[in-house]
Amino acid sequence: MDSVTPYRITPERLLDLFEKNRSELFANDPPDVHARREKALESFQKKGFPDKKLEDWRNTDLSESLNREYDYPLHRTEEDDQHKVFRCNIPHLDTAVIGQLNGWFVSKDVPLIELGNGIIIGSLAEAMNKYPGLVEKHLGNYASVEQSSFTALNTAFATDGTFIYIPDGVKSDKPVQLVNVIQHRENIFIQSRNLIVLGKNAQLTVVHCDDSYDHQPSFSNVVTEIVLDEGAFLDHYKLQNLNNDSTLISSTWFHLGKNASLESHFITLNGGMLRNNTFVKFNGSFGNANVYGLYLMDRQQHIDNNIFVDHASPDCMSNELFKGVLDEHASGVFNGHVLVERDAQRTNAYQNNRNILLTDSAKINSKPFLEIYNDDVKCSHGSSTGQLDPQAMFYLQQRGIGEENARMLLMYAFADEIVNKIAIEPLQHRIEDMVKKRLQGELQICEQCVLHCSTPEHPAEFKIDVSKI
Amino acid sequence: MLLKITNLHAAINGKEILKGINLDVNKGEVHAIMGPNGTGKSTLAAVIAGRDLFDVTQGEILYKRKNLMNLSVEERAREGIFIGFQYPVEIPGVSITNFMRTAVNEIRAYKGLDPLPAGEFLKMMEKKKKLVEITSDLTNRSVNEGFSGGEKKRNEIFQMAMLEPTLAILDETDSGLDIDALRVVANGVNKLRTPENAFVVITHYQRLLEYIIPDFVHILYEGRIVKSGGKELAIELEEKGYDWIKQQL
Ligand SMILES: Nc1ncnc2c1ncn2[C@@H]1O[C@H](COP(=O)(O)OP(=O)(O)O)[C@@H](O)[C@H]1O
Ligand SMILES: [Mg+2]
Repeated sequence: MDSVTPYRITPERLLDLFEKNRSELFANDPPDVHARREKALESFQKKGFPDKKLEDWRNTDLSESLNREYDYPLHRTEEDDQHKVFRCNIPHLDTAVIGQLNGWFVSKDVPLIELGNGIIIGSLAEAMNKYPGLVEKHLGNYASVEQSSFTALNTAFATDGTFIYIPDGVKSDKPVQLVNVIQHRENIFIQSRNLIVLGKNAQLTVVHCDDSYDHQPSFSNVVTEIVLDEGAFLDHYKLQNLNNDSTLISSTWFHLGKNASLESHFITLNGGMLRNNTFVKFNGSFGNANVYGLYLMDRQQHIDNNIFVDHASPDCMSNELFKGVLDEHASGVFNGHVLVERDAQRTNAYQNNRNILLTDSAKINSKPFLEIYNDDVKCSHGSSTGQLDPQAMFYLQQRGIGEENARMLLMYAFADEIVNKIAIEPLQHRIEDMVKKRLQGELQICEQCVLHCSTPEHPAEFKIDVSKI
Repeated sequence: MLLKITNLHAAINGKEILKGINLDVNKGEVHAIMGPNGTGKSTLAAVIAGRDLFDVTQGEILYKRKNLMNLSVEERAREGIFIGFQYPVEIPGVSITNFMRTAVNEIRAYKGLDPLPAGEFLKMMEKKKKLVEITSDLTNRSVNEGFSGGEKKRNEIFQMAMLEPTLAILDETDSGLDIDALRVVANGVNKLRTPENAFVVITHYQRLLEYIIPDFVHILYEGRIVKSGGKELAIELEEKGYDWIKQQL
């Protein structure tokens, strides 16, 4: 193994890196993909990294993360490929597990499989080789390099990640679990790219986890493009349990065709500096999108949920509900922007952000925002921030429940509204368990959302029982 | 003596609400406290329960010979003090079942008992539901959320039945109830009466006291107990009204 010298990731370094490695790194690109890369690089070159002067980044300060030194491996290593973390599974949850280590698709010698029903799952790099037409049609087509400089940077550089294709009319019978683990000897900078394509009336459940394996700092810039063709249905889960020194910019671009339907859940249990950019665009009428979020942060952690919903077509419904509990010095941002375009008659759009701040030093900046260019719409937005209800606390304690447990019951009740939206039952139980542990301060960062190999399952022992009996 | 309140003064934000309360309650007794709105009845209940909103500025409360001021809200509850609230608070997301199971088991733990096994707990719930004639599946709903006034009050009595307190203070449990609901609530209380426990029933109306026969009636007026007597006092008060009390002062 060569020794590496970590360095500060600056736009200049990146441009230099791009020039030096372009011929070799991007040799496999289908032509359109390559053209998008060049355009993305140009766009990044113009904008650089976002700073706090930008409206969108006013309350999320990346300077500390960007001032760290990182190793940025442009190639996968032997270790990445053979890693043992991807072996086992959550009991009773029958899923197809695919792993990514440090952003690289873990192939275990099978970089890409095509199932009998036409489903393709595998490495994006491999998919560019085997299905260049299919990849080229979608990759970079939905993620706008103009809207986000991190997406631009990712589009310019990323060469691997996960590719999932569900053909027209096919319903994937197992949830696909995409587990993204970070483990490296040095601080690491990661850019991976995922592409998920659902054909007409296709159905899929994706559980997408971001996990750390240890306490090494990392900076990930991940872009996921998800396209739902007419009548497709996606049940999407993003679960984040990263260490306190990790920075994650996770951008998810959903494009919904006519009658397509999306259920999305962003559950953030731990992390250092997290930013979820979520873009939903309705490209056809009668689309439907529920986007839920739950974040439980403490220490100096920061979570920024930035959601942009573009009602570009009539008769669509979007609904956002994000709830957060912030403890100690944690800070949060909710920026919800719903755009109802001129032709989007009969739009229904709802936004709601609710927060509990447990200390005086915890902060939330919540800004739901509606931009409407059509009269015939039903829209609402709301935001609330408060403490645990002292009256409810008193009521619980008057019945003999201790202060700690009373707090726990109320916090769990608050979080449960989102946990209840999880449709896969074993996953719901797992998340329930993790949320309880998190609220009790007992969640380990190595406790991955679904993989738990080295130790047997230890369900959280709540001193009080909040399970449904 | 179960409860002995001596010269109790309590204030909120510097404003004195209770101005020297004296009250003795023995096991096996039922006391009624009556009085016009805003005289401090609910405040008295809250102070006994240990609500920190109120400052006790003078006097003391002894309960089972212990000074209550040294006990937290939950410790008082675990020692057997129960308040049936005038305005039960809604707690979205916490089911009555989980709530009660947590409470029952914490009280058991305080007494050095093991948690009640789930099966036994559920049986106990069913039994107590019958006692207060709850037929609907109230118990899997969030605590008080979306309950009607009557349902909330009935739910308070249900919780009392579950926790089997030694001293239950029922704060206007009767107000807003129709006559059937009133009878259910009163029946519940009467069935729970033993020589070992005591009830303090706060009410506006003599009506409830036809069903729950008090041993003593106290009239609370502007932060003081101004008159005490037997159950006849309630009837007299009903006939003559509170002006009669004012004139006597
Ligand atoms: N939380 C509070 N903040 C301020 N004043 C209060 C509060 N609770 C009660 N009070 C005051 O204390 C007095 C007694 O109220 P309360 O005990 O509720 O009377 P009652 O139950 O006899 O109707 C009233 O003047 C009321 O305004
Ligand atoms: Mg009152």
